Amino acid sequence: MNEYIGFAFIIIGALFDLFGCIGLVRLPDLYNRLQAATKCVTLGTCGMLFGAFIIFGFTVSGMKAFLCAVFVLVTSPTSAHALARASYVSGVKLWQGSVVDKLKEDIEKH
Amino acid sequence: MRKGVLFFLLFLLWILLVWPFYHRAIDYQSIFVGAIVSFFVSLIFGELFTESPHKFLSVKRYFWAILYLPVFLWSCFLANLDVAYRVLHPSLPIRPGIVKIRTRLKSKSAITALANSITLTPGTLTVDVCEDGYLYVHWICVREIDVEKATMIIVRRFENLLERIFE
Repeated sequence: MNEYIGFAFIIIGALFDLFGCIGLVRLPDLYNRLQAATKCVTLGTCGMLFGAFIIFGFTVSGMKAFLCAVFVLVTSPTSAHALARASYVSGVKLWQGSVVDKLKEDIEKH
Repeated sequence: MRKGVLFFLLFLLWILLVWPFYHRAIDYQSIFVGAIVSFFVSLIFGELFTESPHKFLSVKRYFWAILYLPVFLWSCFLANLDVAYRVLHPSLPIRPGIVKIRTRLKSKSAITALANSITLTPGTLTVDVCEDGYLYVHWICVREIDVEKATMIIVRRFENLLERIFE
């Protein structure tokens, strides 16, 4: 029974990973691509690791999968933030269809 | 005390990483090694750890953290459905932009947790953090340009719980 639930988690996780990759190709600029890459890939990878944890249960490999899921959940948004900030500071432009850019307005004000 | 908290956390991490509990037996060797290593590591790096170790000892914070987890996971799941919808839709319905929001959280760990939560929830990605409590957030579908109203939409869900956990 546990195996079926675990495989369901792994399949859903793989699907979200796929959506994230499609977003990486289709979306127009770096910031939008980071949105897709962070959200979908984080939940997808965590889902797969959690599925592995359910299949293996409280064993050596199961606990390692669980720990990996926790660390991915903590580190991936941090790295996305670092990437977004670094690329903004080094001058990557927003997509021309963007509605508003408060950060640029505030930098120009100072 | 800071070193004690760090020792406990490192030891817990070691136990989870090694998982020395077999069917009937317990692997005392690896527990012993873990205790020694985390003792020395916490002795050396204890000073760098955290500004307020007493926060780790209050039970109430863990209660709110457990309450926070389903809220966070649910909005994370909704975020994924949202992004998947936008990505798979043929006409790519996005209205991106960077908006500014204000938070009343003060401590560094609370702001880090808030920025990470914002990044993982519907359509938003933290780009920059100012010292005076302002965050710049990239929004994939801008609904509100005004600072106060954008704050209401993006932050309010988490801020109350995070305040109870970290402040």
